[in-house]
Amino acid sequence: MREFLLCAAGFVLAMVALGLVRILRGPHNADRMMAAQLLGTGGIAVLLLAAGSGLPAAVDVALTLALLAAFASVAFVKSGKSSGSGE
Amino acid sequence: MTLALNVFTVVCVVAGAIFFLAGTVGLLRFPDTLTRLHALTKADNLGLGLIMLGLLPHVDGPFGALKLVAVWVLVLVASASASQLIARSVRKDQ
Repeated sequence: MREFLLCAAGFVLAMVALGLVRILRGPHNADRMMAAQLLGTGGIAVLLLAAGSGLPAAVDVALTLALLAAFASVAFVKSGKSSGSGE
Repeated sequence: MTLALNVFTVVCVVAGAIFFLAGTVGLLRFPDTLTRLHALTKADNLGLGLIMLGLLPHVDGPFGALKLVAVWVLVLVASASASQLIARSVRKDQ
């Protein structure tokens, strides 16, 4: 079971890495931000799979990553405004 | 019993990985920004939920399981609001 979970983690990681091609292609900045969001979600999935295969502390890291990914998107939306005030 | 739980884990994790594949394909192949946002925010969160569901039998104790569910709920709430914000900023720029 452990090997299977690690293989699944590797597959999800490969999908995330493939998704990062969108950062190169663009064309809009929001597209690049979406690839970063994919990195957040995929990273959480990889960390949960790592936690399932015998590294329980990885769940805490996944929780932190979920929080930081949310802040990253909010920071992106706010940075579009010249005053930085957002909505 | 253990075999049944292992089969459940394998089925859920494989289904979740397929949704991640779908999300990546959508992000790379869809024609414009809003459709890509649609592909990303739905497919990936469902994939994460399925992977989380598959891992539930392997955590120790109800609090470990609660923590996994909490991670998923946090991701759902965060990604739903983030996708609304990103979509609005895209629409304002167009």
